[in-house]
Formats: sequence, C-alpha cells, structure tokens
Amino acid sequence: MAKIAAYRRPNPETQPAYLHPAYASSIKRAPAKSLIYLPQTLSEVTGPSFTTAAIDVKACDLTHQHSGDPLGERIIVSGQVLDEDGRPLRNSLIEVWQANAAGRYLHKRDQHEAPLDPNFTGCGHTLTDAEGRYRFVTIRPGAYPWGNHHNAWRPAHIHFSVFGAGFASRLVTQMYFPGDPLLPFDPIFNCTADENARIRLISRFDWENTIPSQALGFRFDIVMNGREATPMET
Amino acid sequence: MSRQATTSQTVGPFFSIGLCTAIKENLVGAGTTGERVTIEGRVLDGDGKPVPDAILEIWQANSYGKYSHPEDQQDKPVEPSFAGYGRVPTNDEGKFRFTTIKPGRVPDLDGKLQAPHIAVSVFARGLLRRLVTRIYFPDEPANATDFALNLVEPSRRETLIAKKIASGDLKWDVVLQGSGETVFFDCGL
Repeated sequence: MAKIAAYRRPNPETQPAYLHPAYASSIKRAPAKSLIYLPQTLSEVTGPSFTTAAIDVKACDLTHQHSGDPLGERIIVSGQVLDEDGRPLRNSLIEVWQANAAGRYLHKRDQHEAPLDPNFTGCGHTLTDAEGRYRFVTIRPGAYPWGNHHNAWRPAHIHFSVFGAGFASRLVTQMYFPGDPLLPFDPIFNCTADENARIRLISRFDWENTIPSQALGFRFDIVMNGREATPMET
Repeated sequence: MSRQATTSQTVGPFFSIGLCTAIKENLVGAGTTGERVTIEGRVLDGDGKPVPDAILEIWQANSYGKYSHPEDQQDKPVEPSFAGYGRVPTNDEGKFRFTTIKPGRVPDLDGKLQAPHIAVSVFARGLLRRLVTRIYFPDEPANATDFALNLVEPSRRETLIAKKIASGDLKWDVVLQGSGETVFFDCGL
C-alpha cells in the first residue's frame, strides 16, 4: 500500500472567504452552502506537471513579443516559489497576465478609455528552476478604474497563476507594488482578515536585480501549501 | 517565522489574456485507450445567469485508473498520449465543452476503489479562491459506494453526477449559488 501525505489546508485568516460583499462580483457567485471537507486521496495529491517542452522560453520576457518596445517603465519581477516548509518547487508552471502601462488590458471586455499598446500583449509564462526561482521582464502596469463602487480603482497588479505539485496545491493570486496609495481602498487586496497575509502580496523593491540604466527590480516570493508530516496508509 | 501559503486572489475578468494561451478542451491523444466522452454544460450564478468569464481546470486518471504523476505508484499502465489535464473556458453564454475519456477507478484512503470521477477547479471573476468539485458518471453502480459521494447529503449528490443527453454526450452544470447549488469541496489550498 502506498502512503499519502496530504497537503496542508491554509489558516482561514490568511485566505479570503468566498463571500466578500465589498467585492460586488462575489455576491452572486459565492456558494451559499458550506464546502464539504474532502480528505485528500490519490486524486488530490497528484496533479498536472509541465515540462520545458510545453514552454516557450521567450515567454518570460513580455517586452519582446512584438516588433517594437512597449511603452512604460521596464521592470524585472523575480522570486522563488517555496512550500510552507521551505522546499523549493521545481518545474512549477507560472503564468502571468496584466494591464499595460496605461492601465488597459488587451481584452474585448475592457472598456477603459486608455490606449492599447500594439507592442504589449501582457501575458507570459515560465517554469521555475531547480531552486524554485522564476524571472519575468515586463513593464509596470497602470492602475485602472472599475465599476465595483463609486470612484473605484484597482491598484497596479500582476496576476500570477501557480501550479503546485498536486491538485490540492493550486494558487492564483495577484502581486502588488510597494507604496501604492490605492491599496487601502481595494476590496480584492483587503479580502483577508490577516494583515500580514495582505502585506505578503506586495512585492519588494529589489536593488539586487535592478539593471543599471534599464529596469527596476521587484521581488515577489510565493508560498504554496506544505505536506502533513504523517502519511496516511492507503 | 514559519511560512504560510500565499493568499489567493481572483482571476478577475481578463484572465483569458494569460490563461487561455494554454486552453485544452480535448484531453485525448492518438492511441489513448478508453471510452471517449464529451462533457458540456454551463456555469451559472445565484440568479441563474450564465457566467461568461469562468474557466475550469480538469484533472483525471487514465482509463486504467492511473494518474500521470510520480506519486501514483500503482502497478497500472501510464499512457504518454494522456496527461489527464484540461483547461476549459466558458463562452459568452456561459457554456463550456470538453472531450476526454472516462477514467478508471483509483483507490480511496481505505484502499477501496472510488467511482470514476474527474476533479475540477472553477475560477471566475467574483471568486476570490478557486472552487473544487468532481464530475461523476451516470449509470455507474460504483457511485453508490464512492467515499466522496457518501460525504454528501443524498439530495445534493446529483449535482456531482453528469447526465446523458440525446446526443450521447454528457451534461454537467456548475451552479455557483442558490437552488441546485453544486457541491463544492474543501480539499487544500
């Protein structure tokens, strides 16, 4: 019989509730009934894996996907994906998407009256290396208005999708920028009870990875859930 | 300081820029064994309105009941043509559709075989975290003894079981809230 060590469930204070009325879109989409606790089986501790064959090595540079340079401030966003026990996640697929420097997404439903940039699509992906590290070159996204409430503006952010090693370890999050004055007003950023959990969504200015005359660095480390110490006999 | 898992945030309305480059609505490759099935349905909100900005991720075993993953140590064949992973967005009418094979049975924590099932993650604008559910198959005697279905009160189990429709395909809707709300599981991050 194989043994299964389950993935840990997060501290509820550090994760959003489904219903968060300040975020209007959650009101009709959050389940009304309680989730049912599912012990993790082979179906949950296994999950999709990705190899370099599925990856476009150029997709980690969002500033070189077109013939010209995108407008805006070039930045380097890099970090490490670890689990709660400090183990690096190797070959983890990371996908990112974001608005352009003017705060406009290349998406048919984005009606914000800001210009599109023909040299910026705003999407990228990469695999983490043997130490769980990743690195993207992109431009700093702009803030943009949205219809959630009167004078609502999303702080500048980059969406991150991360695959852990199993189905029970899957994360989609958003990275924010230090010092953004919009953060205190944003219901999505402020969705958790735990203030430290919110602060961990804010990248840090990264002098070490700043390239002279070229690009500022920002560091964003991502933590995936760890495994229970005691495997269950199966 | 001990680490804690990063906080989840919604995919928002514009995820198709990033996540739709890796759409996979046909999981079946050349030579994949097993009964082909096409599953279609809609994602609906608490008013019964279609959700045009949702995306499902699929994870399942192959027809032998073997996952393409190093932690599956069962002595069963792996099929290089079948990774078991899919990614399926909804369209403007909230509809989705994907083609796969009916998975074989995999063990539960007691070593008993679970009924054939597909693990599903649901992401959408308005969902600050993903929702996790399962698709089971109609006319499947093993459903009666499946450990996960038996965690669910009988009146709600049918939300997890696809229905056969006239075309021969299967239909399975995701109702996020309200009457007929789909059963969602708490299973990790």
